[in-house]
Amino acid sequence: MTLNPASHPPAYPSATPPALIQLREVEKTYGGRAGSNAVTALHTITLDVPKGAILGVIGRSGAGKSTLIRLVNGLEQPTRGQVIVDGVEMSALDERALRHERRAIGMIFQHFNLLARRTAFDNVALPLEIAGASRAEIKARVMPLLDLVGLADKARRYPAELSGGQKQRVGIARALATNPKVLLSDEATSALDPETTEQILTLLRRVNAELDLTILLITHEMSVIKSVTDRVAVIDGGRIVEEGPTFDLFTRPQHPTTRSFVSSITGNELPAHLASRLSAKPLAGSQVLVRLTFTGGDASQPFLSVLTRKLDIDLGIIQGNVDYIGGHPFGTLVVSTPADQNCLQALTDASRDLGLHVEVLGYVA
Amino acid sequence: MWPDVFSPQILNLLISSFGQTLWMVGVSGLIGSLIGIPLGVFLATSRSGELFAAPWVNSVLGLIVNAARSTPFIILVVAIVPLTRFLAGTSIGTKAAIVPLTIAAAPFIARVIEGAIRGVDQGLIEAARSMGATPLQIVRKVLLPEALPAITLALTLTVVSLIGYSAMVGAVGGGGLGDLGIRFGYQRFMPDVMLTVVLVLIILVQGVQSLGDFLARRFDKRSRF
Repeated sequence: MTLNPASHPPAYPSATPPALIQLREVEKTYGGRAGSNAVTALHTITLDVPKGAILGVIGRSGAGKSTLIRLVNGLEQPTRGQVIVDGVEMSALDERALRHERRAIGMIFQHFNLLARRTAFDNVALPLEIAGASRAEIKARVMPLLDLVGLADKARRYPAELSGGQKQRVGIARALATNPKVLLSDEATSALDPETTEQILTLLRRVNAELDLTILLITHEMSVIKSVTDRVAVIDGGRIVEEGPTFDLFTRPQHPTTRSFVSSITGNELPAHLASRLSAKPLAGSQVLVRLTFTGGDASQPFLSVLTRKLDIDLGIIQGNVDYIGGHPFGTLVVSTPADQNCLQALTDASRDLGLHVEVLGYVA
Repeated sequence: MWPDVFSPQILNLLISSFGQTLWMVGVSGLIGSLIGIPLGVFLATSRSGELFAAPWVNSVLGLIVNAARSTPFIILVVAIVPLTRFLAGTSIGTKAAIVPLTIAAAPFIARVIEGAIRGVDQGLIEAARSMGATPLQIVRKVLLPEALPAITLALTLTVVSLIGYSAMVGAVGGGGLGDLGIRFGYQRFMPDVMLTVVLVLIILVQGVQSLGDFLARRFDKRSRF
């Protein structure tokens, strides 16, 4: 086992624990000898997944996220750079050592990849058989796992007899069989309906908390990122364009790709019939539309009634939305008020005092 | 026309010929499988980027298999007479017929097994790799078991083809039902014997195919309802 001295605990006197998964300037190029016709799937990716965290990588298809997740368990080898998991440099191991390390990394898949000719029980037993566990060990380990994922009564069923959600539960039980430190989730909910997706994500959060499992998931769905991740990395064209705590990314997206992902879910786009009538300048008797954004603790104060009482103005509600991201409220409210410059200024100032983010969207007649 | 067929001598001949056919098909199928199944698995897993990546060996073996498969069986039988004599000690009779039958069966089996193994979802191989499985474990625990229904159908097809080939070795004195049909039905002009031989072969092939289909369905857990 190659231990990376840099990630050994004593080397870090600070309180920040070293990341469990570290990608260091990783590059992946496919095909083409001597650079001819080579396709670069990933460009100098550097990414840390803290121990016990759920980190989501979001990107459109072809952005390189599949390649990225496969680097972590060595299903793909980087062309350049280092992949370090729990202090072991995966990218430097030979096949034999790599196979051994993979047992500490579970993986679940979009299409479940269960063996059709094995029952749920025998599918969960497969990684244990591969690791050379005895019959007794397998028996002792598999049932509690099926119980954990709520499928103890389906042990003798074949995958064809299970629903999509149940198949993914078997997949999760199988991935956990060898007591891994890391779980890789490759679009695990993309083939499921929204309700089943939510159940699977709840299960992932549960195993993350109960087993202290570090989870790296890739997805193209912002709803998955929103409901389960602590941190998110946005990947576009083989590069990570933005990375940070999920809440920050949702409330203050910086990169255009991130913004488009965020607006796909927060619903803070104005409805089309209003957006088309919006003008940048005030017209006679027009109303001004203002978007107030409130996050964290600000969300719980009764700011709408505070504003109307304090400023003695009438506010109409055009659109409103409150979301919870990682348990923190995040809301947007679009209000209308008569387009009077003084009134608008007063509203802006008072809102800022209350800790709200204010954005004047425009005027409608 | 029937009394001839059911005369004790002809009936005895029919029964012993049937036994010879089963023996030839059984032995050549068995030895052919012992060579063909591993060869088929290797052909299915040795292109570049696959489990046992050896693209060069794969191409050479593929060429040999194709060459053997494209040689007409009747030509193969006479072409390998020296080899047959060396292995079986004789070039006529049931024992000798097994040599060309086996040599025809092995590459046939290799190709049908390759097809069956290639039918296994690549995602399952990836899943097994992610669990830390060795290539051999992937073959034993994933590829062969998952391909079992397809392998059963492939071997059924092989047996049916071997029954046909075994009738052909009758032309060169190989024994079996084909031999009976040619010597009595054709050369002695006994159409009733010929007809009976054909009927027995039809029933045999039907039976083998039905058994194969039944087993393949039993092994297939994808459509239980």
